[in-house]
Amino acid sequence: MSQSKGRFGVHGGQYIPETLMNAIIELEQAYDHYKNDPEFNKELTELLNSYAGRPSLLYRADKLTRELGGAKIYLKREDLNHTGSHKINNVLGQALLAKKMGKKRLIAETGAGQHGVATATAAALLDMECVVFMGEEDTKRQALNVYRMKLLGADVVPVKTGTATLKDAVSEAMREWTTRIEDTHYCLGSVMGPHPFPTIVRDFQAVISRESRAQILEAEGRLPDAVIACVGGGSNAIGSFYHFINDEGVRLIGCEAAGRGIDTFETAATVNTGKIGIFHGMKSYFCQDEYGQIAPVYSISAGLDYPGVGPEHAYLHDIGRAEYVPITDDEAVNAFEYLSRTEGIIPAIESAHAIAYAMKLAPTMDKDKIIIVTVSGRGDKDCAAIARYRGEDIYE
Amino acid sequence: MSNIRSSFENGKAFIPFITCGDPDLETTAKVVRAAAENGADLIELGIPFSDPTAEGPVIQGANIRALAGGVTTDKVFELVKELRRDVKIPFVFMTYANVVFSYDAERFMARCCECGVDGIILPDLPFEEKGEFSAVAKQYGVDLISLIAPTSENRIAMIAKEADGFIYIVSSLGVTGMRSEITTNIGDIVKVIRDNTDVPCAVGFGISKPEQAKAMAAVSDGAIVGSAIIKILEKYGKDAAPYVGEFVKEMKDAVGR
Repeated sequence: MSQSKGRFGVHGGQYIPETLMNAIIELEQAYDHYKNDPEFNKELTELLNSYAGRPSLLYRADKLTRELGGAKIYLKREDLNHTGSHKINNVLGQALLAKKMGKKRLIAETGAGQHGVATATAAALLDMECVVFMGEEDTKRQALNVYRMKLLGADVVPVKTGTATLKDAVSEAMREWTTRIEDTHYCLGSVMGPHPFPTIVRDFQAVISRESRAQILEAEGRLPDAVIACVGGGSNAIGSFYHFINDEGVRLIGCEAAGRGIDTFETAATVNTGKIGIFHGMKSYFCQDEYGQIAPVYSISAGLDYPGVGPEHAYLHDIGRAEYVPITDDEAVNAFEYLSRTEGIIPAIESAHAIAYAMKLAPTMDKDKIIIVTVSGRGDKDCAAIARYRGEDIYE
Repeated sequence: MSNIRSSFENGKAFIPFITCGDPDLETTAKVVRAAAENGADLIELGIPFSDPTAEGPVIQGANIRALAGGVTTDKVFELVKELRRDVKIPFVFMTYANVVFSYDAERFMARCCECGVDGIILPDLPFEEKGEFSAVAKQYGVDLISLIAPTSENRIAMIAKEADGFIYIVSSLGVTGMRSEITTNIGDIVKVIRDNTDVPCAVGFGISKPEQAKAMAAVSDGAIVGSAIIKILEKYGKDAAPYVGEFVKEMKDAVGR
């Protein structure tokens, strides 16, 4: 009997069709080789710094801090990266890895479109073909990003099955991968799916906390009291948490999309409302019914509108190392507008979930406390949808 | 010895797949009886799942219709229990890991044993992950069926050595659904299987025509057909049973009685 790999406590594993097993094993072996290869790491760092614009700023938000009247707030500005979000960190790593493995084509799923845009960008840069699967519902919510992907040379396939959102885009990308494996790498966008994806994506996103830990020590001479990030699958959150996990005094807080509230069915708050299950290649928490049917989830944010969460988050929850709090649509939209007005920073609606919790938490903390909030992406893509939420119809 | 072995003692086996509850459970019962009466050697019964990632559009549609009709795992067990009163050929469930896991694997296997289900196929459970299900399956006499794909290569021997019931050979890359041709060299796969086990093997994915079934069964021990049957159900709905019966007869004649 062979041993299951890629576990975080009971979570993780490799629950995928036999057709994909050799491809997954090949990926794991390639990653194990290249992650310690100085040449690969040099190339990746070069791309991250000279192309994506890293390191990203750790910005002391004085006005926000003053207005909330409590803990000092720093914003980790992943929105300033090329393509406008943290997604580029992982994509440059995976695309470079795929290229080394001799793959010629990248496929990806996308919710809000940020991962799709990042993948299309890397494919353009590295001369690879690119196909992005996106729920039809999301192609409407995020029409601007669909245009950006096409402009970058990618094919965008609208997925009509199921709820026509992120989970269906993941299912369709997995189906496509079983159809064409030889020349194709599935560039998964979050810390989810079968091993080794949760580890690979985490390692590539860990650059966020590697920087922010050094930046806060430089600025304040000490570690923060809390780190806050939004969680869908959980890639920016795990990236923001990773280098603080061993620092016990640092609270790690993931903000889930509660949609219309965790006491309604229109929610995507997986840790708060889901239970343990097996789906999309991993064991973790999922929103599901008593027979294990995956629930249709809802959030105003297309990037957090997913019924599962990455296995490492499930584990951090189980051992009590990280907290996962629900944030409603209303709270997120308020935070979206509030940060725009107070700091002149328009956050992605996903990131606004993290801002919303900082707005609750900061006033309860003393002024000598420090919070780092990750602004995972910029909000230009969301302006039309937020305007609609407020009853105003604008042209994109 | 596994009951499933008997399915392969009547010439080459023909194995139809039916999604339970598409369009309703009464129809499923009629279709299962029609298939059994017309020469099916084993029936693969699908327990619908909301997000069947190994399925093409045809079987995805059947899953959606069945769930929309209110089918649950418990209702499927009741159906099997009722069918078992007169249908003697083996039944094998085909569903996804979460359906079994959320029901509690031990409770699920105990129900299989009680209702007369002989095996289970979980397409999202590869060799590396089977441990948590195979131990309880064995305890209740349910065969956990192993799948081998065109990409399995160096993994075939390892999988075959631990196989129970029968081996499901996936004919082609991709998801379930009808294909005009199957290009994988099934004979080469079967040869490696034979070197490692005497468990029978049947080929599925993409088979819809009698000549394809005949060709696949000729190089293995049987043929599995799903999407082509679901197409008949899609077309005739509640009246599908005689048409499925006719199709099964034609296919069984083709693979060889």
